[in-house]
Amino acid sequence: MTVQELPGAAAYRPTPPPAWKPLTDPAPLLPDPEPYRVLGTDAVADADPELLLRLYAELVRGRRYNAQATALTKQGRLAVYPSSTGQEACEVAAALVLEERDWLFPSYRDTLAAVARGLDPVEALTLLRGDRHTGYDPREHRIAPLCTPLATQLPHAVGLAHAARLKGDDVVALAMVGDGGTSEGDFHEALNFAAVWRAPVVFLVQNNGFAISVPLAKQTAAPSLAHKAVGYGMPGRLVDGNDAAAVHQVLSEAVARARSGGGPTLVEAVTYRMDAHTNADDATRYRGDSEVEAWRDHDPVRILERELTGRGLLGDEGIEEARVAAEQMAAGLRDRMNADPVLDPMDLFAHVYAEQTTQLREQAARLRVELDAENDQHDQHGTDDRGAGR
Amino acid sequence: MTTAAATAGERTAKAKPATMAQALGRALRDSMADDPSVHVLGEDVGTLGGVFRITDGLAKEFGDERCTDTPLAEAGILGAAVGMAMYGLRPVVEMQFDAFAYPAFEQLISHVAKMRNRTGGAMPLPITVRVPYGGGIGGVEHHSDSSEAYYMATPGLHVVTPATVDDAYGLLRASIASDDPVVFLEPKRLYWSKADWSPQAPAAVEPIGRAVVRRQGRSATLITYGPSLPVCMEAAEAAVEEGWDLEVVDLRSLVPFDDETVAASVRRTGRAVVVHESTGFGGPGGEIAARITERCFHHLEAPVLRVAGFDIPYPPPMQERHHLPGVDRVLDAVARLQWEAEH
Ligand SMILES: Cc1ncc(C[n+]2csc(CCOP(=O)(O)OP(=O)(O)O)c2C)c(N)n1
Repeated sequence: MTVQELPGAAAYRPTPPPAWKPLTDPAPLLPDPEPYRVLGTDAVADADPELLLRLYAELVRGRRYNAQATALTKQGRLAVYPSSTGQEACEVAAALVLEERDWLFPSYRDTLAAVARGLDPVEALTLLRGDRHTGYDPREHRIAPLCTPLATQLPHAVGLAHAARLKGDDVVALAMVGDGGTSEGDFHEALNFAAVWRAPVVFLVQNNGFAISVPLAKQTAAPSLAHKAVGYGMPGRLVDGNDAAAVHQVLSEAVARARSGGGPTLVEAVTYRMDAHTNADDATRYRGDSEVEAWRDHDPVRILERELTGRGLLGDEGIEEARVAAEQMAAGLRDRMNADPVLDPMDLFAHVYAEQTTQLREQAARLRVELDAENDQHDQHGTDDRGAGR
Repeated sequence: MTTAAATAGERTAKAKPATMAQALGRALRDSMADDPSVHVLGEDVGTLGGVFRITDGLAKEFGDERCTDTPLAEAGILGAAVGMAMYGLRPVVEMQFDAFAYPAFEQLISHVAKMRNRTGGAMPLPITVRVPYGGGIGGVEHHSDSSEAYYMATPGLHVVTPATVDDAYGLLRASIASDDPVVFLEPKRLYWSKADWSPQAPAAVEPIGRAVVRRQGRSATLITYGPSLPVCMEAAEAAVEEGWDLEVVDLRSLVPFDDETVAASVRRTGRAVVVHESTGFGGPGGEIAARITERCFHHLEAPVLRVAGFDIPYPPPMQERHHLPGVDRVLDAVARLQWEAEH
C-alpha cells in the first residue's frame, strides 16, 4: 500500500514499532568492578600447583628476557626494545592458555608472549634488531607477525578465527592490544565483527596505565576498558594483570567459551609498565617515582613467589633453579645476538610479489651491479691493505 | 577449471549480449564453484547482491558463509579478510564505492600489501579487493573517485582494471586465482556496457600484466584503461576524418605495467597521449609518460601528452562532464602532437 492510498491523516503516521527489547541482558556481560584476583585470596586453593610453578618459571625467564633485550639496545645490538617488565604475567598467561593449534596475534610489545609460546628468542627479536620485519614463519608457530600499527592485528584475529570455524576447526585466536590501542577504529571494528560473527576470539587488553606518555584518563571516559565489551554484546572481564594465576584463569575461561562456540570475550588486565615505553623514552616526563614504587610491591614475579613460598611449594632451591634457567636463556640470547646477521640484499626484491614484475627485475639487476662494484672495491682495498702491511 | 578458454566458434554459437556487471558476477560464481576457499564478503553483497548487483545470486547458491553481508566497516572487512587469507581462504572483498574504500587504506597498505614481504615470503595473502571506481554515472559526492594512483604507489599490490566485458571476466578470475593481493578496479560507468558473450563458455582467463592493442594505427598512440577506453576508441574513429590513424592501447593492468606493449606501440607511432579520468597531477599519466620517455626518447616526435581529469576534487554530477576527458579533449591533444611535430 502506498502512502497516497491510505485514508486520512493517520496515513502519515507510521505504525508504532514493536516493543523494543535488548537482544541480550547486559548484566552477565558487565565486568565486575574489581579486578579478579587469585593470589592471596581463597580462590588460590583451587589453583593447580603445577601450573603455578610453571607460570613462576616463565615469569622469571620473561623478566630476565626483558632485562637482557633492554641491555642489548645499549650495546647497539637492538634498534629498540619495548620492555614488558611488570606485565610478564599477561604475556606468559596469554601464551600458556593456548593450544598448539590456536593462534596468537601479538602487538609490538608482546615479544615475550611469542617467546613463551615457544618461539626462538632470537627469531622473535629480528623486527627490533632491524634485519627482518618478521623473523619466523607465522604459520609454523601460529603467531602472527608482531604488529606495529596499533590495533590493526585485531581484525586479522577475527578473520582467522572465523575462517577456522568455517572450516570446522576448533581453533581460537587470542589478540593482544594496549590500552591506547582500544581508542583506534580497528579495535571497534574488530570487536563488532567478532561479536556479530560469534568468532572464537579472545581480546586481551593490557592496560599498563599509559600510551607512551598519555594516561588512561585521557584515553577513555569509560568506567573500565572491559566495559566496552557490553556495547558489542560480548562479556567483558576485568582481571588483575599482575596476578598470573588470575590472568591464566580468566583467559582459560574465555578461550574455553570461544572454543565451544560461545563467541568472543574482552579481557582487560590491569597492570603497570615498570620500564619506560621503550629504551628511547624518558618516562620521568610523565610519571613520578612514587607511582612506580607503589607498583613494586605488586610485582607479578614477587606476588607469585610470595604465594608459592608461603604455601611451601617453592623453596630457595626452586627459586635458584628458575634463576639459573633464566640466566642460561639470557646468556644464549646474548651470544647469538652478538653475531651479525647475514643478510642478502637481493632478498629485498624476493618477496614483494609471487613473481617479480619486469620493473622489479630491472631494479634488482641494478642493485646486483652496484653490489658487484662494491665487492670489487672491497677486494681491491683488501689487496691494497695487504700490500701496505707487507 | 570448468570454464576453459572458449574457441571463437563456441562463443559466437550461443553468444548474446551480456553486460560487464554480468560478466563480473559470472567470474565470481565460477571462481567460487571451482574453489571452495573463495569467499565473498562486503556490505550488502548477500541478499541484495550488492548495490550494483555484481554478487547477485551468490549467497543463494553458495550460502551466506561463502557470500557474507558484513557489518558496515571497511577496515573491519579488509582486516577480517587478512585473517581469513592467513588461514587459507581466498577472500574477495567488495568495497561499495571508490571513496568508501578509504577507511580500509591502513589495512590495505600496512598489511595486505606487505604481508608477503614482511614474512619473508612465508605468508602470501590471496585477497581480491573489488572497487567500483570512476565517474560518469551522475553519482553525488564521494561516489566517483578515481583512486588508482594511491594503489599504484603501494608496492605489493597488483592493480587491474578491465574495460571490456571479456576482460571483466578473464581478469577477475585471474585476480581471484592470484596468490598476491589484487586491487580490482571496476569502471562503474561501464557496468552496463554490453558485448556478445556466451554464458555457457565465457572468455579466457586473462593473465594479469598484459596490455593489449585495441586498435592499430600509425599516427599516434592513445594509452588508456578502464572507463576511458571507449572514449579513446571513439576519438580514434573520429580522428580518421582528420587523416589521423590512431593506435589505442588498453593497459588492463597498471601494476605490473606492460612496458613492452606500450613502448613497442610508441616506437611504431612516434607519438603518445595518455588518457585517464583521475587527476593529472601526481596521477598515473605522469608515471606512464615518464616510462615512455625513458624507453622511447629517440623515437618520439613530440612530447608525451596527458589528457586527465582536472586537478580538482571530483565535481558535483551536474558538472562532471566538464571534468571528464571526452573525445574532443583527446582529439585536441592529438592535434597538439601534430603541432609539436611540425614546429
Ligand atoms: C596507528 C598508530 N598510531 C601511532 C603509533 C605510535 N605508537 C606506538 S606505541 C604507542 C602507544 C601505544 O600505547 P598502548 O596501546 O597503551 O600500548 P603500550 O605501549 O602501553 O603497550 C603509539 C602512539 C602506532 N604504532 N600506530
